[in-house]
Amino acid sequence: MTHSDTHVSHVDHAALGEVKEHPTWSTYWKVAVILTIITALEVWVYYIPSFVASHLFVPTLLILSALKFAIVVLFYMHLRYDHRLFRALFTGPLIIAMATIVSLLFLFGHLVIHAG
Amino acid sequence: MEHHGHTPTTTGLDNRKVAIWAFIGSECMLFASLISTYLIYKGRSVKGPFPHEVCSPPVCDTVMKPILNIPVTSASTFVLLVSSLAMVLALAAVENADQPKHTLGEKILGNSKLWLFMTALLGTTFLGFQAFEFTSFVHEGLTIRTNLFGSSFFTLTGFHGAHVTAGVLWLLTLLAIDIRRGLKPKDALIVDIAALYWHFVDVVWIAIFTLVYLIH
Repeated sequence: MTHSDTHVSHVDHAALGEVKEHPTWSTYWKVAVILTIITALEVWVYYIPSFVASHLFVPTLLILSALKFAIVVLFYMHLRYDHRLFRALFTGPLIIAMATIVSLLFLFGHLVIHAG
Repeated sequence: MEHHGHTPTTTGLDNRKVAIWAFIGSECMLFASLISTYLIYKGRSVKGPFPHEVCSPPVCDTVMKPILNIPVTSASTFVLLVSSLAMVLALAAVENADQPKHTLGEKILGNSKLWLFMTALLGTTFLGFQAFEFTSFVHEGLTIRTNLFGSSFFTLTGFHGAHVTAGVLWLLTLLAIDIRRGLKPKDALIVDIAALYWHFVDVVWIAIFTLVYLIH
């Protein structure tokens, strides 16, 4: 087994059994390639006028951005592998933050629910 | 718990790591307030320059083209993403510092000084892009006092830039420690904490890049 194939050991927080091993170096490289492809895709769709004018433009960019966000948090920040307390400390405030943004956008009329 | 290198806690987790996650959680809410301010003010400036639209007389004295430079910002986004890769490689190198390295590839991957330096260098490059962008905006007539877009844009991206600056200084401190005495696996937690901060700065930029620069 080569050095690059070995699993990178987790840091000193393996106090409970839920903590898994950190990803390998090859996983880190694959994640970087995926992030680059998604970023290129985001910029590419920005330069397609017919797509920018369509209703799919904003949802597509938001989904791609959320995907990148999740990949970095799960793999680079090791939240997929770490203790659930860390997950709670991050996702709790993140949910509050996103709810705040959506609420304010509704409050100031940027988002509208069409009744009927 | 002594072999884990931290004092015993009720959770069994190192308090420093709990603290950085709590800090990152609070930072989520800080940036949410700045992003929502930007989005609320979006499209409500009464005078140009505007981010994505041409500003023509009588709204502006002269015709002003859209001010955001997507190619330059795409490049800086790529630089920040690559810096995150360098950061995880630095952490992995510290965690595996005591493992034997035989091939050139293993020696490069296991060189924590190289990856810490690369991360700091890429972070500084990102700041250079931001300085270029801010300077060009000011030359084109957009300052923090020009309109609602200028106020919310400079506040949001300025706060992010300040966080990147703090991250670069943190990384340079770790690099100095690594050069002075070498970072060992027992030091992995202090690198892990810095890495978490750095990746958070990256994910905030992922959100800013989409919401501020691409969506219009």
